[in-house]
Amino acid sequence: MFKYFPHTTDDIQQMLGVIGVQSLDDLYAEIPEELKLKRDLDIPSEKSEVEVRKIIGDLTAQNKPLLCFAGGGVYDHYTPSVVPFLASRSEFSTSYTPYQAEISQGTLQYIFEYQTMMADLTGMDLSNASMYDGTTATAEAIMMCVAQAKKRNKVLISATSNPQVLRVVETYAHYHEVELVKVPAKNGIMDKDIARELIEKNDVAGLIVSQPNYYGIIEDFTGLADLCHAHKALFAINTMASALGVLRSPGEWGADIACGDAQSLGIPMNYGGPYIGYLCTKNELVRKMPGRLVGATTDADGRRAFVLTMQAREQHIRREKATSNICTAQGFMCLFVASYLSLMGEKGLREVNEQSYAGAHYLHNALLKTGKFEDAFGPQTFLNEFTVRVKCDAKTLRKTLAERGFLFGVETEGMPDCLTIAVTEMRSKQEIDSLISNL
Amino acid sequence: MAKVIEGLFYAESHEYVRVEGEYGYVGITDYAQSQLGNVVYVDMPEVDDEVTAGEEFGAVESVKAASDLFSPVSGTVVEINEALEEQPELINADAFENWIIKVKLSDPSELDNLLDAKAYEAICE
Amino acid sequence: MNNVYYGKLVFELSKPGRVGYSLPKSEISGYSLNELPEALQRQGKTILPECDELTVVRHYTNMSNNNFGVDTGFYPLGSCTMKYNPKINEELCALPAFNRHPSTPVEFVQGSLKVYDEVQKTLSEISGLSRFTLNPYAGAHGELTGLMVIKSYHQQRGDNARTKIIVPNSAHGTNPASAAVAGFKVVEVKSLADGTVDVEDLKPLLGPDVAGMMMTNPNTLGIFERNIPEIARLVHDCGGLMYYDGANLNPMLGVCRPGDMGFDVMHINLHKTFSTPHGGGGPGSGPVGVRKGLEHLLPNPQVEKLADGSYTLQCGKNSLGSISTFLSNFTVIIRAYAYLLSLGKENVPMAGKLSVLNANYIKECLRSHYELPIEGLCKHEFVFDGLRPEFGGDHHDDSHVTTLDVAKRLLDYGFHAPTIYFPLLFHEALMIEPTETESKDTLDDFIAVMKRIAEEARDDREMVKTAPHHTPIRRLDDVKAVREPKFTFKNL
Repeated sequence: MFKYFPHTTDDIQQMLGVIGVQSLDDLYAEIPEELKLKRDLDIPSEKSEVEVRKIIGDLTAQNKPLLCFAGGGVYDHYTPSVVPFLASRSEFSTSYTPYQAEISQGTLQYIFEYQTMMADLTGMDLSNASMYDGTTATAEAIMMCVAQAKKRNKVLISATSNPQVLRVVETYAHYHEVELVKVPAKNGIMDKDIARELIEKNDVAGLIVSQPNYYGIIEDFTGLADLCHAHKALFAINTMASALGVLRSPGEWGADIACGDAQSLGIPMNYGGPYIGYLCTKNELVRKMPGRLVGATTDADGRRAFVLTMQAREQHIRREKATSNICTAQGFMCLFVASYLSLMGEKGLREVNEQSYAGAHYLHNALLKTGKFEDAFGPQTFLNEFTVRVKCDAKTLRKTLAERGFLFGVETEGMPDCLTIAVTEMRSKQEIDSLISNL
Repeated sequence: MAKVIEGLFYAESHEYVRVEGEYGYVGITDYAQSQLGNVVYVDMPEVDDEVTAGEEFGAVESVKAASDLFSPVSGTVVEINEALEEQPELINADAFENWIIKVKLSDPSELDNLLDAKAYEAICE
Repeated sequence: MNNVYYGKLVFELSKPGRVGYSLPKSEISGYSLNELPEALQRQGKTILPECDELTVVRHYTNMSNNNFGVDTGFYPLGSCTMKYNPKINEELCALPAFNRHPSTPVEFVQGSLKVYDEVQKTLSEISGLSRFTLNPYAGAHGELTGLMVIKSYHQQRGDNARTKIIVPNSAHGTNPASAAVAGFKVVEVKSLADGTVDVEDLKPLLGPDVAGMMMTNPNTLGIFERNIPEIARLVHDCGGLMYYDGANLNPMLGVCRPGDMGFDVMHINLHKTFSTPHGGGGPGSGPVGVRKGLEHLLPNPQVEKLADGSYTLQCGKNSLGSISTFLSNFTVIIRAYAYLLSLGKENVPMAGKLSVLNANYIKECLRSHYELPIEGLCKHEFVFDGLRPEFGGDHHDDSHVTTLDVAKRLLDYGFHAPTIYFPLLFHEALMIEPTETESKDTLDDFIAVMKRIAEEARDDREMVKTAPHHTPIRRLDDVKAVREPKFTFKNL
């Protein structure tokens, strides 16, 4: 007997009797013998809870802590203790997609709150109930552009986007047979003149830009929305979610689609995930939107209630004609974002950005003062992350600092002598000073 | 029992066409709307789009289903039923009155391939 | 739970001046966001609420009371494998040492990389395939990745004519949808009356334009596809690859492996077969495995074990590309690792067998009241085609008691409903998957309630048709939800 299996020997015998077979193996009688595995699986033997805890505990000892000054799309922000505490409510975590609305109002309501918050932060009309991550959300935005344009198959993306995003959208575009064209950068910023030339050819379904961009620079998108719309292309902006609280929103730039990763809204770094991709758009595009959508309606007694809606777009109904194949996404992470933003509010989100801004600028100044670094692209406007050229070997420096307990930025892809460094509200002045003194 | 009207041409995929001169009004049959249930959205082509007999030109959506629309005839879309944009439920109220697109027929001989009321009624049973 | 006082949205609890967080006072001065050019700053206020901590805690705690999970009660949702989610897994995946930035140099995350590698290897042994990537985020993402493997395989050997993927008409909706996203045309193959693939219908579909075929075995009716060796041979003979949708892997554990059935590529749902929580719709995890000879196509980055026993990350140049930010939903992988360690070789096969025992037991006990369209042994799940005619289920009667009505009435008795109206082969499909973690006692309670509902349907039709009556809210107007769409608080 085993702790996750409640059957007693008697139970099994009685049940086999009802079914009319002799043994558990007889339940597989119809399977051709030659297909059956006639040996034990070659995996370790069962372990007690004490042993499992020990094995995995020993593994964690091989993960050495580093003080995080890295970003590149994933940020070490503060998670209030309430957030994981609420997420441990197993009424939420052990439920499935809320198909039975009458007993799933908890899930449906936090998703509705999440949708409201993300639509508001991005300045869009509506948000879906999550995508896998920021990279796949951007890939879905590209597929939306192509679906909306019907007869156009070319999408532009700024070369200043995060290379992780670029790699994933290139993969999707290759298989989905979308022509993806990178708009080159000039001095760390997308070259708007080239974007204009390409869009004026009238064969572009959409333009995707990033904010702040991969190098940490805040780009000015003035004129891009009008340009796109004049040539029947959609305009999409991928924004680091925490920055939405303080930077001009995609809606304010005139975007049709806002996408990105919302990890920065209270979700731990977790060595890659789970994070949550967000995807927001305007009402006109709702039927091109992939993923789950929660809407408000009323029940038989006229009470306000929430329900999965617009399901005819989705794979379980539309099959190969669905807007996307996405089914399960990152629904539970909506609870992280909704509870985080409920606690932080506008004021807290601003303070997080204020402190990240201050810390990043303080570190940036200090690095330049050492004479060992210079701005990769000259003076630039940035929020919490910046790119510097290292006058010694960047890789070696990063390695040395890791041995001293610091995760000193990420290696800037395509620029081997540069590092891209991020600071959040988690880094105290003392920690930043300590980093500087270790250089 | 679903309603079938004499004098219309029917496709096995449950669209009808009502011919007036060189134009055809295309919609879904009463049987089709009853199978779908509450229609919540009609995806229509644009005026001047070409449609081809047997090929898809849009979709009707209910809460738990979506069904592609196949044109029974070929031609150019000269009008779409804009009332359906705001009130898709009109299709449930009267599917034959509330056509979806008006097509200028390019090949009226295609009508010969469609079913008459009696033949269509038979396949709905 | 009192929905009158606690049924509000968080925005309705907001009061100006409240805060729910505390941050250290910054010791850095002389910098302000206001230095940013005006044009780059957010113009509008936000809708974010102002709440104190208890208000937020009480709000979400009360909402959780309106939710049903595996920990609340029996969840026989077909094709979803709602088994118990062990608590030790939650404890271990939340250890602070796993919370690392993805760009951490590999020397500093050897423990995490080992977890990844061990799970990868265990899944390979369980499935009979050569190597897995754990990068896909969910089942559908795994399907998409697996189809990309198939497309790259053909493209890299210069065969660009293979544009079609064959999918049974009983398949999960994600199969054709994933094929479409991967740029394939979908061709449906019909099922026989017993729900298995019609081999005669398949034969004429095969040719030089077929890239592969997707199947789940047992299929969505819970029936084992006995002709799988022949199907695999036919598809391979025409040059295609076989894809296994792992949604229904649970009953096969340790008994019969997809690799041995002739499949070349597959995905596994860790959130189904390997006990990680579904989270109300994710995060899941959809590892993809391939047979020998296809390993180089798996997505980047990949975890490699070096000769000295340490682990590193590599990117292959013949890989299909990247499909995720990094190593996907890592904490889900840790949970699956804890589960696999706990069960071991003794209990992994037992999970599958007991899931089959439970499904067949329910089927035999309820066939007197519900229409059983397919005879014989099922595997982990099976499908009823609604109530039997003598219990109000006569399809020809316009006012018959439907599967939806039965599902809603079940909620009144404290059970989650089965999967309904899927697969599409029947009008009133009611798809039941009990999983191995449910006791005979729970199943007996469920059986008694299902019989009682059938009797209610016969004797008091109206009551069943207006169910549920005892849930936090009653049946919803889902037509209104689409016709008058309200997706945010601002629309209310």
